[in-house]
Amino acid sequence: MSASLPSSSLDAAAANRALRGKVAIAGAATYGCGESPGMDDMTLLVRAAHAAVADAGLSMQDIDGLATCSVTASMWAMPVIEHLGINPTYIDGTMLGGSSFVAHLLPAMRALEAGQCKAVLICYGSAQRSGAAGRKDIVAARRTMDPQPYEHPYEPLLPASAYALAAQRHMHQYGTTREQLAEVAVAARAWAQLNPEAFMRDPLTIDDVLKARMVSSPLGVRDCCLVTDGAGAIVLTRADRAKDLPQPPVYILGSATACWNRQISCMPDLTVTSATQSGRQAFAMAGLTPADMDMAQLYDAFTINTLLFLEDLGFCRKGEGGSFVQGGAIAPGGRLAVNTNGGGLSCVHPGMYGVFLLIEAVRQLRGQAGQRQLARHRTAVVHGNGGTLSSQATAVLGNFTP
Amino acid sequence: MHLSAQTHYQAELDAGRFAIQQCTACQQHVFTPRELCPHCGASPLRWIRPSGQGTVYSTTTIARKAEAGGDYNVALIDLDEDVRMMSRIEGIAPERVQIGMRVTAQTIQHNGKGLVVFHPAVNAPGEVA
Repeated sequence: MSASLPSSSLDAAAANRALRGKVAIAGAATYGCGESPGMDDMTLLVRAAHAAVADAGLSMQDIDGLATCSVTASMWAMPVIEHLGINPTYIDGTMLGGSSFVAHLLPAMRALEAGQCKAVLICYGSAQRSGAAGRKDIVAARRTMDPQPYEHPYEPLLPASAYALAAQRHMHQYGTTREQLAEVAVAARAWAQLNPEAFMRDPLTIDDVLKARMVSSPLGVRDCCLVTDGAGAIVLTRADRAKDLPQPPVYILGSATACWNRQISCMPDLTVTSATQSGRQAFAMAGLTPADMDMAQLYDAFTINTLLFLEDLGFCRKGEGGSFVQGGAIAPGGRLAVNTNGGGLSCVHPGMYGVFLLIEAVRQLRGQAGQRQLARHRTAVVHGNGGTLSSQATAVLGNFTP
Repeated sequence: MHLSAQTHYQAELDAGRFAIQQCTACQQHVFTPRELCPHCGASPLRWIRPSGQGTVYSTTTIARKAEAGGDYNVALIDLDEDVRMMSRIEGIAPERVQIGMRVTAQTIQHNGKGLVVFHPAVNAPGEVA
């Protein structure tokens, strides 16, 4: 198939530059990451939301904007409103898979700037590991509720097989090796060893990754993200208000979302994601480049993701992701700090990981990341992925206003 | 009565026929089945019989316990009509399926429904894409 990639004519710098730095993340918190037996999605979410609002120096009654979604409940914003006891004048229930919480940023910025609301809570919780509805139940239910009649009859192990097909193609086209993919998992584990909140902190070697149980070739189980419980929430306010709140503000300098397909079989080129589009637009809005970034928090549902997003966001050329990460280059002390919490591979991954990318960037940019704190922490790119390389959402954050 | 593209596609398969769509305006072939041409937005799309010849674009071997049937293949195939579809390659060990391999479509009945699978093409050595 001759791959003709979609292209957007949006001039993101012109359309969105006025919003650059006008909104800040004023509060952030996680809750129940790892294993939380006896918990459910809502309880985890509410505890994280409560902690994030307190972190922002606000009370729940100050929250008049809500952005949230769920893997299982299609009307999720409504029970969240009930449980939080809020009366939001801005509601975003956009569900794009794991990228959603990054995708929630730009519309929330517009709403805050327009005066539609004063404080937006972006929140997520899932007891996917310990809860009553396990991952297998969810996958089975989705086959009925959201059928993919051109893929499901062949029994791909979704999502893993979709990413495996992308990895296989990348290896064929660019000579990427399983060892290079394993570097991503090993680097994530090395970061996780510096993070007391991370779920898997035992030492991990390239050889361990290569010898791990095969799931869907070329991806073994250590190429795949965790299945954990966990919740995360952040609070957005206008930047001028955030300056008067207790925490150092983290400014949103750029943000964009792109989606080219849903099914992996409908993706034009399995080695190029729509992160090329969302990344270009987010950097254009921010007026910054990958070279300006002190860290990258990239949605590592599978090891191939990190290579694809390093390439598509412009940290290296297409096909060079494998060599870029070799020799511990994205591990602690490497040339680029990537997934400093340990990522979805070793820290936390409760079904959708997007909000945790933002929270880790906030902790680093504030200088509150403990043993894993980066010396240089002025800028971060956060990149969320959803579905099977389907939706891509990028945000450029900084601890300064332009 | 106007049937959904999915209903028509499956009915054809159930009768042993593999059909894909072609845009009546821009003439490009279309898969997966749908109402509007994703290239030019036109409608209607007409049904055609593809050549059944294609090339493996990517492949994966999914690990499964022997008692459940053992490892199996899932592949993406680029048809010669310039559309891509998910399927599996039969008649060859799953791990021997290679990107670039030429394959031929076959309609089979599986769990009472028609399904397109592929086999390595006869008399066509696998080209390296």
